[in-house]
Amino acid sequence: MQALYAQLLVGLINGSFYALLSLGLAVIFGMLNIINFAHGALYMMGAFCAYFLLNLGGLGYWWALIIAPIIVGIFGMILERTLLKWLTGLDHLYGLLLTFGIALIVQGIFQNYFGSSGLPYAIPDELKGGTNLGFMFLPIYRGWVVIFSLVVCIATWFLIEKTRLGAYLRAATENPTLVRAFGINVPRMITLTYGLGVGLAALAGVLSAPINQVRPLMGADLIIVVFAVVVIGGMGSIMGSILTGFALGVIEGLTKYFYPEASNTVVFVLMVLVLLVKPTGLTGRAT
Amino acid sequence: MKTRFIASLLLTTALTVAAAGHASADDKVVKIGSLSDQSGLYADLGGPGSTLAAQMAIEDSGLTGKGWKIDLISGDHQNKPDVGANLARQWIDVDKVDAIVDVPNSGVALAVNNVVKEKNSIMLNSGAGTSDLTNAQCTPNTIHWTYDTYTLAHGTGSALAKAGGDTWFFLTADYAFGAAIERDTTAAVEAAGGKVLGGVKHPLNTSDFSSFLLQAQASKAKVIGLANAGGDSTNAIKQAAEFGISSGGQKLAALLLFITDVHSLGLNTAQGLSFTETFYWDTNDQTRAFSKRFQERMKNHSMPTMVHAGVYASLLHYFKTLEALGGNPHDGAKVVAKMKELPTDDPLFGKGSIEPNGRTIHPAYLFEVKKPAESKGPWDYYKLVATIPANEAFTPLDKSTCPLLKK
Repeated sequence: MQALYAQLLVGLINGSFYALLSLGLAVIFGMLNIINFAHGALYMMGAFCAYFLLNLGGLGYWWALIIAPIIVGIFGMILERTLLKWLTGLDHLYGLLLTFGIALIVQGIFQNYFGSSGLPYAIPDELKGGTNLGFMFLPIYRGWVVIFSLVVCIATWFLIEKTRLGAYLRAATENPTLVRAFGINVPRMITLTYGLGVGLAALAGVLSAPINQVRPLMGADLIIVVFAVVVIGGMGSIMGSILTGFALGVIEGLTKYFYPEASNTVVFVLMVLVLLVKPTGLTGRAT
Repeated sequence: MKTRFIASLLLTTALTVAAAGHASADDKVVKIGSLSDQSGLYADLGGPGSTLAAQMAIEDSGLTGKGWKIDLISGDHQNKPDVGANLARQWIDVDKVDAIVDVPNSGVALAVNNVVKEKNSIMLNSGAGTSDLTNAQCTPNTIHWTYDTYTLAHGTGSALAKAGGDTWFFLTADYAFGAAIERDTTAAVEAAGGKVLGGVKHPLNTSDFSSFLLQAQASKAKVIGLANAGGDSTNAIKQAAEFGISSGGQKLAALLLFITDVHSLGLNTAQGLSFTETFYWDTNDQTRAFSKRFQERMKNHSMPTMVHAGVYASLLHYFKTLEALGGNPHDGAKVVAKMKELPTDDPLFGKGSIEPNGRTIHPAYLFEVKKPAESKGPWDYYKLVATIPANEAFTPLDKSTCPLLKK
């Protein structure tokens, strides 16, 4: 029983990453209608950004949490302005192909210079060590990841669902022409939204840098699972993707305990089941 | 009519002679294929570095100056046995590749092993670990250089078991290599009086090990054996530190660790790990000279791993054999038989020999990772703990289950 609690908690930790990443994807899909396959590469760039800030700029983890998402977010906005914006109104397939291509190029460049085994990034001193919870040894850093990503997820949800800015955004997705008629700069809003989604990916990258190696393919390995999360949660649904992210982390954790060999397929089995029963995802609305 | 018949007969003869002449001129043409994981979790320990090592072996062999034409191609098997086997088949059939080198990932290596035997080609394996290549799955066309799971199990496994680590729990990568190393290490640990309490199989290329580490922690085993490699090992080691595995009194045994893994972990995390390798760049003047040349030409300026060294050494021996044969390098089994006849002697592994089952034997070393204070700079990572003599480092011939031996 104790072991089970531990696995639940560990699952929650992994779920935080799924939630942060699928949230970014959901925001981008919901507002821009683009399936952002470059998300994994941008997540990786966030981690590399943290590494460079530390080793070239001498700026530690806490700075990286703020600066890396901004730098990568700006990179994302440049992408949106120069490439993605031409795809408005076209079939999803074009956006998918373009972003997938971008991901391959970015990962290839990093791999060429840094190899595949990755670079070390230490846990910040303030979050080193751990506490014994009785049923498991919880590294403080992991606890921090869960709490921090929960806060970020809820803040993003609040921003989009409960504020005036979010209302504009949602309106702009429904009917861009009408919203422009009210004097709102829709293209700029879309660019900023893409930047926000990308920033969330980079933030997840910084969070994961001390846990995993900073590797060029760290995002490529994760992104497929995250897409499954988004599909299960319902494409474009903010709350859906947050909840499914955490829930799937827990389910995966339990699988690792009861039948570890299936741990990297369980998410996809679930995806198939959900799609069979409810093709729009758990929280998706029929369109 | 008769004259036409004679004319055509003459023409045919001329063509046949020309074709035969062409074949004898081709006698000194060799093509090497470096088959590896070029971009995944094993790319740094093999990958582009293996292709570079092969290139250096071609240059250093001096054969091109003696009228030989040697081509080198490289390919990515993506850690998928079917991709590797298809590529090998295409290389041998269409591209006329004579020898395939490196081939890390035991699953892929076993698949390519079958293709190479079926086509009477050659595999000089350096990257894969499974000792099956020179046991049940041995063929007259494969030579296994560098290391295998027996070496690792008997080097690291026995040493730790004798030093008091008598209860073990395995974190095993769920494919051919993981299974082989767990099997061989279990045998070594039990032979040294230890006991295996359990294990858990994780998928290849796992980024989060926390669930598995918790299970290992709960087992209360004194030693946690990492029956995995490359990125899987580095992630497990890094996260084990986070979960307080070693401060809780359990010891990690990295059963297969490469210098690129240590470099990637950093000494702060990797210090104190002990493991078995057969090559370290800073062993003697010859290894240092080779490694320096290698590092200068490597794109990310990393030092050679033992896999790179094995690719280089096995090819040097291959070229030496070709020179001894004087030409016609296309009959795989014949060349391999000659390779087994000649003693091996190269700057990186020293003097050794190739057993009838295809196993190259040479000494192996038990290393420990230095503390940050002991290291003089990047890549100065290992302390030699013990040297395992060549005859103890690999499966003894009388215990090998290779069918070639039962003649």
